[in-house]
Amino acid sequence: MTRTKSQKALIRFTLNGEPSEVAFAPHKTLLEVLREDLGLTGTKHGCELGECGTCTVLIDGQPILSCLFLGLDAEDREVTTIEGMAEGGKLHPLQDTFADLGAAQCGYCTPGFLLVAKELLEKNPSPSRNEIQEALAGNLCRCTGYIKIYEAVELAAARMRGEEVEPPRESIYGFEV
Amino acid sequence: MKKNNSNEKKVIGKPFRKVDARAKCTGQTKFADDIVLPRMLFCKMLRSPMPHALIKRIDISKALKLPGVVAVLTGRDLPIPYGILPVSEDEHALCIDKVRFIGDPVAAIAAVDEDTAFDAMDLIEVEYERLDSIASIEDALRPDASRIHEYGDGGNVHKKVSLEFGDIEAGFADADLVREDVFFYEGNTHLPLEQHSAVAILDPDDKLTLWSSTQTPHYVHRALAKVLEMPATHIRVIATPNGGGFGGKSDPFNHEIVVAKLAMVTGRPVKITLTREEVFYCHRGRHPVLMWVKTGAKKDGAITAMHFRSFLDGGAYGSYGVASTFYTGALQTVTYEVPRYKFEGLRVFTNKPPCGPKRGHGTPQPRFALEAQIDKIAEELGLDPVEMRRQHLVKPNTITANYLRVGSIGLGECIDKIVAASDWKNQYRKLPYGKGVGFACSSYICGAGLPIYWNNMPHSGVQLRLDRQGGVCVMCGSIDIGQGSDSILAYIVAEVLGIDPFDIRVITADTDLTPVDLGSYSSRVTLMTGHAALQAAERARELLAKAAAEKLDVPTECISFSDRRVFDVEDAERGMTFAEAVQLAESKFGTIGTVGSYTPPRSPGKYKGAGVGPSPAYSYSAAVAEVDVDPETGIVIVERVWIAHDIGQSINPALVMGQVEGGVYMGLGEVLMEEMAYRGNRNVVHKFPSMLEYKSPTTLEMCDVKTILVEDPDPNGPFGAKEVGQGPLLPVPPAVVNAIYDAVGVRIDEVPATPEKVLAALRAKAQGKDGRFGPKSVPDVEWPEPIRVPTPAEGGDGKELPRVAVHS
Ligand code: FES
Ligand code: FES
Repeated sequence: MTRTKSQKALIRFTLNGEPSEVAFAPHKTLLEVLREDLGLTGTKHGCELGECGTCTVLIDGQPILSCLFLGLDAEDREVTTIEGMAEGGKLHPLQDTFADLGAAQCGYCTPGFLLVAKELLEKNPSPSRNEIQEALAGNLCRCTGYIKIYEAVELAAARMRGEEVEPPRESIYGFEV
Repeated sequence: MKKNNSNEKKVIGKPFRKVDARAKCTGQTKFADDIVLPRMLFCKMLRSPMPHALIKRIDISKALKLPGVVAVLTGRDLPIPYGILPVSEDEHALCIDKVRFIGDPVAAIAAVDEDTAFDAMDLIEVEYERLDSIASIEDALRPDASRIHEYGDGGNVHKKVSLEFGDIEAGFADADLVREDVFFYEGNTHLPLEQHSAVAILDPDDKLTLWSSTQTPHYVHRALAKVLEMPATHIRVIATPNGGGFGGKSDPFNHEIVVAKLAMVTGRPVKITLTREEVFYCHRGRHPVLMWVKTGAKKDGAITAMHFRSFLDGGAYGSYGVASTFYTGALQTVTYEVPRYKFEGLRVFTNKPPCGPKRGHGTPQPRFALEAQIDKIAEELGLDPVEMRRQHLVKPNTITANYLRVGSIGLGECIDKIVAASDWKNQYRKLPYGKGVGFACSSYICGAGLPIYWNNMPHSGVQLRLDRQGGVCVMCGSIDIGQGSDSILAYIVAEVLGIDPFDIRVITADTDLTPVDLGSYSSRVTLMTGHAALQAAERARELLAKAAAEKLDVPTECISFSDRRVFDVEDAERGMTFAEAVQLAESKFGTIGTVGSYTPPRSPGKYKGAGVGPSPAYSYSAAVAEVDVDPETGIVIVERVWIAHDIGQSINPALVMGQVEGGVYMGLGEVLMEEMAYRGNRNVVHKFPSMLEYKSPTTLEMCDVKTILVEDPDPNGPFGAKEVGQGPLLPVPPAVVNAIYDAVGVRIDEVPATPEKVLAALRAKAQGKDGRFGPKSVPDVEWPEPIRVPTPAEGGDGKELPRVAVHS
């Protein structure tokens, strides 16, 4: 009846740009390994069944649901979590625009959205609103209605293209009639 | 005293970053499940697989023997009942004799890891004796139905109320048109992305600390003291930032009590994090409500009288249900003038997860009914539905028939702006078949006028500490659930003291450190903590101004605070840094600390039942929905929602915009797809306890939102501010069904308006029948003799008439 606890497995991989190793019970998901064995609690979970996108991390630059990904399969791969998004204390442009526009309300879905958006902008520096919606369709947010998230992605994209832009007035103050 | 060089605000009304924005965007916010303590145990709760049954026997001996299991609790270990409302303390942390819904917990395990706790669940033997289960309002009202609770207003009726304001029959007699309609609003749930989680520890000094993802740490504190039979002074509750609440984390929960008890029993930290399935069982979401509305109107659309009946499916426990019942009848009167009004409501117990407060608490359902019916009345009278509403708005500074005192009302401006922006006049009834626009208004309270348990103390307290380095620390019991309440405290204090919000340290939601705030519910936080913060900051400012005035040798009134400086308003060069001013004040008065508090004004209603509905202020919204309905499939796509919201004054417009958009989103989910549904038999098995099956809007379903902020400052709001967290959800469901009618000519009198329902109505219409989907009737029940209250217009004083004994 009780599960036999197998020996811990040890893997080596690159975590947020640094060579790392970690030992864990081999049945654990990457989500559990990150949160429980590495203490990186920035990766969140909303279902642990692959339904909400909250647990998204990047593996070799691609977004994956860490709740459906075995920790063992991260061996020799490059894993990026929210903790690795800012560089040297400087926020990624997406983090800045999410913070400025209020795209993070409760902030629980935010790490997942930020990482998906990061990957989107890396492959498509000028996404249309539709392309942003498509890219983010696997991530649920219950607070924002997604609008501020789109606006933050668009603003960050523009800034990453080198444009000096401020958020549109109506996204902060509403429409003037 | 002048507040600044000029009246220009430096912080209020500006889009400052939230004080916790950086933490949230870097993954550093510590939510409850992120807390890890040495030797921590994990807790799992064994839940009932039966909707309604007696517990005949529980045997935990095998589970206790499993290596790694440290403790197992059953109901007998926690025999004291509790519940959020003192009138319905009907819950036990673990069921003792009886289970009342699938998911009701019967035992709790603490083990060295989650897997072991999970395995131990299989080793607990429970013998149940199945009882007849109650799946619906109709079931609950059957005279032979087995009783779920032994208290209430008879049978499975938890609460039955009847209130009458003025002579409604005279009002109906005076009407040119009287309509009766029946509506149903299906239940739905909050679905916060964060699953509930709590961690408890017995401190080295033998006191208890609980961290929990709760919207109401003060009420959890009270419940723990009661159930654990411990002095409240030995319990510390720390609410962790909530990963979404929406009302779903406002009750004291069984899992919070259970981990606290397990920490006491084991002497080790204990954590529980619910699975998503368990979050569905916690529920406390939107009540399914069946409604009957009878409204009389003059030819010009003026309402002469309204009679409203609501039937709430409460689920298995009381929760906030008594308040929810009253709320389904409270706010009908604050948008359009309703000179005579009668409300009858009842809430039943059923064998489903308990319902409670969800964003808009008890008011989206009646608002849906009211706005959908007004659309029908306008059509029957041949009036434009917007113009008709516009002509009969409640006037500012009035007392309604049911004794709600309305201060500012920016609804007229909301309507005018939304009509202009959406080009309503060129859209309504003018779009091709399949496309339509619909309109609706709404209003919501800015905090409840009365606390949940009777007392005369403030609803919100703030404590401010200034140190000689110029540091300012704000302490308040409120908890940030994503709405930005921590930031609101910082903005208000920064404005008054002329410093930057980021100079301020905000400490919140810790019953050991922070003065009580009742909690993050009923849209009360900005208004109430805002006032308390304002008062505390003004008191601190007073001390600093006195000390600075003495030094500069000018009258205190001439001292101004701005840009981290304190100076002579006549000559800004003469002054000092903010930190120097604190040092002067500390030298003169000793350590600088101030407090502020807020108690809402007394309500003019004095009748029994007058406690629900009064608020210091009311926010207003108006919305236009644009829909595209496919007559082949019944699929409704909402292209855009235009919404104007009367915020009074934005403390931070960017955050206000976010709340409006989030409210529209949640209203959209409710009207199109979200439903807490159960399999259609007496097993009362939840249909969708998963995020995949419980449909909620993704980026692909979310509509475009065009927001207009209307600022009509309310004298009762801090800087004039009103609420925005809940109000903007309310007009969305009725605006969408009204738009469906404009698009394809069928009335969907039921939420959610799923494709099946739209198709059924279209088919009925094609067959020459009534092009409508919705309930046909409401149960015939005997209502109590109403509490009769003469309206203000009739010279009433807010008190009920003495009851006349009726004998037959
Ligand atoms: S936690 Fe929901 S998808 Fe992984
Ligand atoms: S910000 Fe709360 S779920 Fe997205």
